[in-house]
Amino acid sequence: MMLTDLTIAQAVEGLRKRDFSATELTKAHTGAISQLNGRLNAYITVTADKAEAAAAEADKALVAGDAPALTGIPLGIKDLFCTEGVRTTAGSRILSNFVPPYESTVTANLLKNGAIFLGKTNLDEFAMGSANLTSAFGEVENPWHRTGDSSVLVPGGSSGGSAAAVAAHLAMGATGTDTGGSIRQPAAYCGIVGLKPTYGRCSRWGTIAFASSLDQAGPMTRTVEDAAIMLQAMAGHDPKDSTSADIAVPDYRAATTRSLKGLRVGIPAEYRPDGMSEELLAVWQKGIDMLREAGCEIVDVSLPHTKYGLATYYIIAPAECSSNLARYDGVRFGVRAEGATSLDDLYEKSRHNGFGEEVRRRILVGTYVLSAGYYDAYYLKAQKVRTLIQRDFTNAFEKVDVLLTPTAPTAAFGRDEKPEDPVQMYLNDIFTVPASMAGQPAMSVPVTLDSKGLPLGLQLIGRHFDEETLIAAGAALEKAAAFTARPDLRAGAAA
Amino acid sequence: MSYTIEGSTGTWEIVVGLEVHAQVISHSKLFSGASTVFGAEPNTQVSLIDAGFPGMLPVINHECVAQAVRTGLGLKARINLESRFDRKNYFYADLPQGYQISQFAHPIVGEGSIGIELSDGSTRDIGITRLHLEQDAGKLIHDQDPKLSLVDLNRAGVSLMEIVSEPDIRTPEEAGAYLRKLRQILRYLGTCDGNMDEGSMRADVNVSVRHAGEPFRTRCEIKNVNSIRFVMQAIEIEAARQVEVWESGGTVDQETRLFDPARSETRSLRSKEDAHDYRYFPDPDLLPLVIGQNWVDQLKASLPELPDEKRARFQKDYGITAYDAGVLVAEQAIADFYESVAKGRDGKSAAAWMTGDFFAALNRTGKSIDESPVGADKLGAMLDLIADSTINGKIAKDVLETMFETGETPLEIVERKGLRQVTDTGAIEKAADDVIANNTDKLEQYRGGKDKLFGFFVGQVMKATQGKANPAMVNEILRRKIDG
Amino acid sequence: MSLDLATTRRIAKLARIGLNDQETEAVRAQLGGILGWIEILNEVDVEGIPPMIGTSMNTALAQRPDVVTDGNCQEKVLSNAPDRAGPFFTVPKVVE
Repeated sequence: MMLTDLTIAQAVEGLRKRDFSATELTKAHTGAISQLNGRLNAYITVTADKAEAAAAEADKALVAGDAPALTGIPLGIKDLFCTEGVRTTAGSRILSNFVPPYESTVTANLLKNGAIFLGKTNLDEFAMGSANLTSAFGEVENPWHRTGDSSVLVPGGSSGGSAAAVAAHLAMGATGTDTGGSIRQPAAYCGIVGLKPTYGRCSRWGTIAFASSLDQAGPMTRTVEDAAIMLQAMAGHDPKDSTSADIAVPDYRAATTRSLKGLRVGIPAEYRPDGMSEELLAVWQKGIDMLREAGCEIVDVSLPHTKYGLATYYIIAPAECSSNLARYDGVRFGVRAEGATSLDDLYEKSRHNGFGEEVRRRILVGTYVLSAGYYDAYYLKAQKVRTLIQRDFTNAFEKVDVLLTPTAPTAAFGRDEKPEDPVQMYLNDIFTVPASMAGQPAMSVPVTLDSKGLPLGLQLIGRHFDEETLIAAGAALEKAAAFTARPDLRAGAAA
Repeated sequence: MSYTIEGSTGTWEIVVGLEVHAQVISHSKLFSGASTVFGAEPNTQVSLIDAGFPGMLPVINHECVAQAVRTGLGLKARINLESRFDRKNYFYADLPQGYQISQFAHPIVGEGSIGIELSDGSTRDIGITRLHLEQDAGKLIHDQDPKLSLVDLNRAGVSLMEIVSEPDIRTPEEAGAYLRKLRQILRYLGTCDGNMDEGSMRADVNVSVRHAGEPFRTRCEIKNVNSIRFVMQAIEIEAARQVEVWESGGTVDQETRLFDPARSETRSLRSKEDAHDYRYFPDPDLLPLVIGQNWVDQLKASLPELPDEKRARFQKDYGITAYDAGVLVAEQAIADFYESVAKGRDGKSAAAWMTGDFFAALNRTGKSIDESPVGADKLGAMLDLIADSTINGKIAKDVLETMFETGETPLEIVERKGLRQVTDTGAIEKAADDVIANNTDKLEQYRGGKDKLFGFFVGQVMKATQGKANPAMVNEILRRKIDG
Repeated sequence: MSLDLATTRRIAKLARIGLNDQETEAVRAQLGGILGWIEILNEVDVEGIPPMIGTSMNTALAQRPDVVTDGNCQEKVLSNAPDRAGPFFTVPKVVE
């Protein structure tokens, strides 16, 4: 077995038993990155030297017996988390030279727990996208391919670089951020686990904002237990983030072995839209059966406002982004356009050149829906519908403890199959957006391969601040599914 | 006093509302831990939050909330236990985030009022619409480079209170009185230092004109006027301009204007096609601000006595006139000084001395009350010397002057200069006898009915005693001698 | 819902996204499509429904004590400036 094949849980144990050193573990990953990243483009910035230096320190701590939970574990960091002294781009040209003089709370928490950062993973520009096609640093390739078909598939988005890196064993785990599905959907496309915690569970301080009322950091890993271990280190109250919850963080790893006897699992009728593939329906049914066998009670529930989730999202997220991205103006940081003749000229040139098409589009939609005369009809209305969506969840969670749905309507699609119409592209988020709108925690777990050999994931949605039930149910699903398939393109097995 | 403009189409009255931006007194900024001290090196009092760096988030300063509530209570206004912060979105070089965090839809303070007094003695209440908290912007420097404006963010993020009045003001004088009264209240409360020349209090002036009885006409907003005098001038000039526009058949456009005191004119600041659309929406980085009634009550209980109440109490407790009381409560420090002097003494005499010779001496030396070389204890000691007849009032004037020069106690001066009042009857009798003997002609005239000459004799006796004789005794003795 | 070019230009100006004419037309069409699609919300009755505030957070806004804990980091603040003049950021001359 190669070191890059280990789970985080296994590596934590192996490091402590000195079966291998942190340096060996890190070098195995930096080696794999240098071998594969040229093709996958999962990392925008690789910090191999820094990682190896940190690994040497980790080894000292491990020898001294003074090693916190994640000591020596090499991770990828989505390039949306500001990292002190390490360029942070948000996948955008406008930040292509930005070196933060500060460390985000989430990454600082991981460093405090001993984690080693391999580099900054690729993403859709400012986390806006579902296929990792909008990064200014190039597209990311999904390490999976259809059986007998070498066409390049997208890894999903926006945390596509993190998903591809974890799936291809170029990191043991990675941080992601999820605004409307940006952790869960790429996790499903790449056959890994992705957990979006409750809004407020992980601090947003130092993470570049897309839509502030939705953005939430979370772990992307190859197992549910690994997600629990990473989340443990990432989560917690942060006085620097006014929307961070002052609620104790439970022992997530302990939840992985919790019994599911009597757990009530809701199956929402509205996640079965017309035209859903038979294959996806079958996978969903398979998941239902697995949880029933694990002792769960299956309950039909209704979330009647589900179909309004996407439209609501595509008002609120652009509105917030139009304001959040106003600070990128070429004055205090980032790339400034040359030859501007006036202040407005500077703004317009810097922002036109600095932002890609999708980001510009969302800023414009957001500007429009907030503009005079339209605020009530769009933004205020959407926030009211959002209340209705949240009430749907609150009502459902009176009857059940967790919901089970598909994560995405399809498996990963081809880079050439990208729909021209932005609205068609937005439909990828149809199952992930409602939980985001309501702030619920949700997790995607890989369950099986489809007939073309691509992974499909199922989504669990929980009550606010009850990530433990997600982890318990996710671990049971994972165990029953015994999903061991790995992509053809991965460390040590590259085609 | 009414103020109207006579035009060719009749008489115009002016309608004015004021939006005052008052910098909150706090150590750190509204949403960041950077210092608020005035005059620091450029871009030193700036956190990465103030500079709008990616991923930076606001956390509200509790003291700024308390200061807004105190101010609301001081303006007898409704305190909103739940308020919210909104983003006001626009691009400008002094606005690092691309939006200002402000309170648009749900301010922390609602309706209140300020009572003003005018020079003719009349009083009026001016309504307060609201008070809300918001961030200040940075500063642009235009005169250091031919092609560039330089950006200093030291002030960016400092907490402001925007205090909005109803359009109740009808004369430039009322606007001045409103601003002076507001500044006085803020200073008493310790919520804003009111220094307009440092920019810690600035006014936006909304002006329109109308014929009496008409509904409001279009108003113009004159931005950032930085002295009370300029506010009053700007209103006069802008109102005259608007009357001229209306009377020449034009229409006044709703716009932002700038007052140029050097040219005595207001001019349009932004062109119409550049009209702002601020796209306000609730700031998703901040939850609603919820405060408890109990806490508000505690703040209320700990408020200092405000000028109106203090003035009434001074009149009642010390028996002084409304005018004197008004002068003495103008500033907290003066009022405190007065109370130290007046406590346990004759309040009227204390008021007369303070508003008279004492203020005159301060003015002459160019000192504020806090810098006065004569403290309340010394002034009080001087009043005591008058009260116990150690010196008389005339000598006291000289003593006070010497106190300002040397810093001695009044008693030291009296002793050193030998100014003790002469109360020795024999000495006064002798002086009186001498004066009478040397002025027999005057005595004749006096006795012949020229009553006014009594004062001459008093003056001569005082002169003979170097002013130290007790004036009452001089009077009594002279009466006995020359009337007898 | 269709969007006219003038509105598209006004929005682009508000957002300081400099668009050329060709881009403006493309954006106009796309925005129209997106705005048409989100009109599905018209069918939702929101009478008496309060807007969402704070998502999962039902606590009041936390407040910090009034202590100077930040700032005094001029070099950090200026470290990423694309252009600076001594201790200042710069912008093209603004005429006020």
